[in-house]
Amino acid sequence: MSQEKQCHCAEIQEEELYPRLEEVIKEHKGKGEDLIMVLHKAQNLFGYLPRKAQELVAEGLNVSLNEVYGVITFYNFFSTVPQGRNSVKICLGTACYVRGSQEVLDKAQKELGIKVGGTTEDRRYSLDVVRCIGACGLAPAMLVNDDVYGRVKSPHLLDIIEKYE
Amino acid sequence: MNLVRNHLLISIDAGTIMAGARAVEKALVEEIDRQGLSGEIAVLETGSIGVTGQGVVIVVYPEGLYYANVTPQDAHELVEEHLLKGRPVKRLMMTEMPKQHVIRKERTGLLKEQPRIVLRNSGIIDPENIDEYIAESGYEAIERAFTKLSPAGVIQEMKDSGLMGRGGAAFTTGMKWDFASKAPGDVKYIICNADEGEPGTFKDRLILEGDPHKLIEGMMIAGYAVGATKGFVYIRGEYALSIERLEKAIAQARQYGILGDNILESGFSFDVEVMKGAGAYVCGEETALIESLEGKRGHPRNKPPYPVTEGLWGKPTVVNNVETLANVPEIIRNGAAWYRGYGTDKCPGTKVYTIIGNVATPGLIEAEMGTTLRDIIYEYAGGIKDGKKFKGALVGGAAGAFMGPEMLDAQMDFVNLREYAAVLGSGAILVMDDSADIVGMLKSVLHFFKHESCGHCVPCRLGTSQLVKIIDKIADGKGKNGDIEKLVKVSEVMRDTSFCPLGQSPILPISSSLKFFKDEIFGRVTG
Repeated sequence: MSQEKQCHCAEIQEEELYPRLEEVIKEHKGKGEDLIMVLHKAQNLFGYLPRKAQELVAEGLNVSLNEVYGVITFYNFFSTVPQGRNSVKICLGTACYVRGSQEVLDKAQKELGIKVGGTTEDRRYSLDVVRCIGACGLAPAMLVNDDVYGRVKSPHLLDIIEKYE
Repeated sequence: MNLVRNHLLISIDAGTIMAGARAVEKALVEEIDRQGLSGEIAVLETGSIGVTGQGVVIVVYPEGLYYANVTPQDAHELVEEHLLKGRPVKRLMMTEMPKQHVIRKERTGLLKEQPRIVLRNSGIIDPENIDEYIAESGYEAIERAFTKLSPAGVIQEMKDSGLMGRGGAAFTTGMKWDFASKAPGDVKYIICNADEGEPGTFKDRLILEGDPHKLIEGMMIAGYAVGATKGFVYIRGEYALSIERLEKAIAQARQYGILGDNILESGFSFDVEVMKGAGAYVCGEETALIESLEGKRGHPRNKPPYPVTEGLWGKPTVVNNVETLANVPEIIRNGAAWYRGYGTDKCPGTKVYTIIGNVATPGLIEAEMGTTLRDIIYEYAGGIKDGKKFKGALVGGAAGAFMGPEMLDAQMDFVNLREYAAVLGSGAILVMDDSADIVGMLKSVLHFFKHESCGHCVPCRLGTSQLVKIIDKIADGKGKNGDIEKLVKVSEVMRDTSFCPLGQSPILPISSSLKFFKDEIFGRVTG
C-alpha cells in the first residue's frame, strides 16, 4: 500500500520537472551539437532519461529521436531506466581488480539480489561497475553516491551500504 | 599586510576529499580560531601534493613538515602541540613519500634534484586563485609570445623544444601546430583532451586540479600559434572537482581580461569552453572525441583527413593532451634550449607518472624522460611495499605493456621503449610484487576492452568478446592447449584490422605478458 503511494509521488514529482526541462531546452533550441550537454542536464533533473524527456529534447534541438536514443545508449553515464535512490558502484579497474574487487562485486550482487546494472525492487540501491575512478591508491574502491570507500573488504560491504536509506 | 608565522597547506584533490579533507580543514580553522591563533596562522587550500592513499595530507610551512591520515579529531592536538607549543605531532608525521623533485643520476652516481616543470605549482599554489598563478610567473609566456615571438616563432620554438604529445601517441607537438597553422581556413579550434580514461591514470586530473591556469595559458599559446580563437576542454564527466576548478579559473581569466577579446592589447582574441564527457573510453581517441563534441555518438572517424586539416565542424583543429599543453607555457617562457636540458636527445622534457600498486609510496611524480623503471620504483616511490620482490609492472594503462624484471634498467621514454615493443602511453605504472597473478591482471584488462569497445567496427566488437571468453576459461582453470595461441591470433587480427587504437591495443598486454611470464600463463592451461 505504502509502496504504491510512493510510486505515485515519484510520478507526480516527475511531471513537475518537465517545465524545468523545457527551460533548459529553450536555451539550446535547434542546437543539435548541444545534445550531450542537454542530456546531462536532463539526467540531473530526473535521475534518468524517461522516454517523454527524450522526445522533448529531440524536438527542441531539432534532431531525430533515433539520434537521441543512439547517443544515450552509447555513453555509460546515461540511463533510460529509473535508478535506485543510492547508486553503488564498484571499481573494476586494474588496480582494484588485483586487490580483489571482483570478490566485493560478487558479494554485492548476492546480498542485494541484483545483477550489475540492476535496481532493487524497493529502489533503494542500483548496482554498477566503474572502470577506474582514479582512487587506485585506495584499492579496492567503491562509490556510494558521491562517497568513496577505499580498501573495501567483502565482509564490510553490508555495513557500508546499510548506512544509505 | 598581515604577516602570518605559519602556513598550513591542505591538499584538496579528489582523493583527499574522499578521505574527508573538507571536514579536516573546517576543524583546523575552528581550532585555530578557538586557540586565538587565527591572526598568526593561515590555512590554505592547494592541489594534490602528489601523495595518494594516505588520507588527508597537510603541509606545515615554514618547517615543510608533512602530516598524513589526518582526521578532524586530530585538529586539537595538531594546533595545540605543533602550532602553539612548537612540538610536531610524531604519530601523524609522514616519514616516506614520493619524491617531489625531478631527480637526475649524475655520472658520479649521486642524485641531483631539479625543479619540476609540469607540476611546478601543484601542491604549492592555491589553484582557485589566479593571483597566485601570476605570482609564479603565470601568463608571462603568453606575454612573451605576443611581444617577442610571432605565431611562426612560437611554432619554431615548439619544434626546437622537441616536445612530443603526452597522451600516448607521442607526435611532435610543433609539427601538429605547424600543420594546423598552414591549413586553409579562417576558423580553427584548439581542443584539450582531458578525457582521461586509461585505468590507473589520473595525472591529467591532478594537473587540472592543481594548476588549471597553466592549461588555459597553454591553450592560449596554441591558439595564438595556429590562429584559433576558440578552445574546448573535453573533460571526463566524473572529474567534478577538475571541472569546478577549471570553470573558476576560466571565469577569473575572463575577469582579468586574459581571456576574451584583444587580450593584453595584442589584437589576439581567445576563449575557452568546458565540455563534459559522458563516460566512453573510446572518446579519448581524438576523432571520436571530436564527434562527441559535436553532440554525436563517439565513433572514431576515418583518417585521413586528420583533425589538423578537418576536425571540429570540419575546421582545422589541434587536439592536445592536458600534460602536453601544461608543458607549453614553461617552454615558451624559458625557451626551447632550456627545455632540452631535461630528458634525452630524442625525447626531451619530463613525464608525469601515476605510480600505484605494491609500492611503498604510491602517488603522482614527475621524472625526466629516460629515467629507468628501477629509479622510478626505488628512488621515487620508495621501492616495493613490505620489502617484497618486484615481479613486474603494467606500464601505460590497459593499452599498455607488461614489463618484467629484465626491463628494470630500460630507459623510459617514448622512443626508447618502442625498441622493446613497449609503450609509455598515459604514464600509469602499476607495480606488482611477487604475489601478483598475471592471468588475473590480463583478465581485468581484457574485460575492460570488451566493456569499452564502441561497437563501430566488427574486429574490435567481436574480437574483444572472444578474448574475454578465452581468458575467462583460462582463469577458471579450464583452459585447453591452443587457447593461448588463439588469444594471440585474435589480438593480431584485431591489431591489423580494427578501425581505431582501441581494437589495435589488446595485442600489447597479451604479447608482453607472454614475453615475460610465459611459464606462469602456460602453467594455467591444464591441457
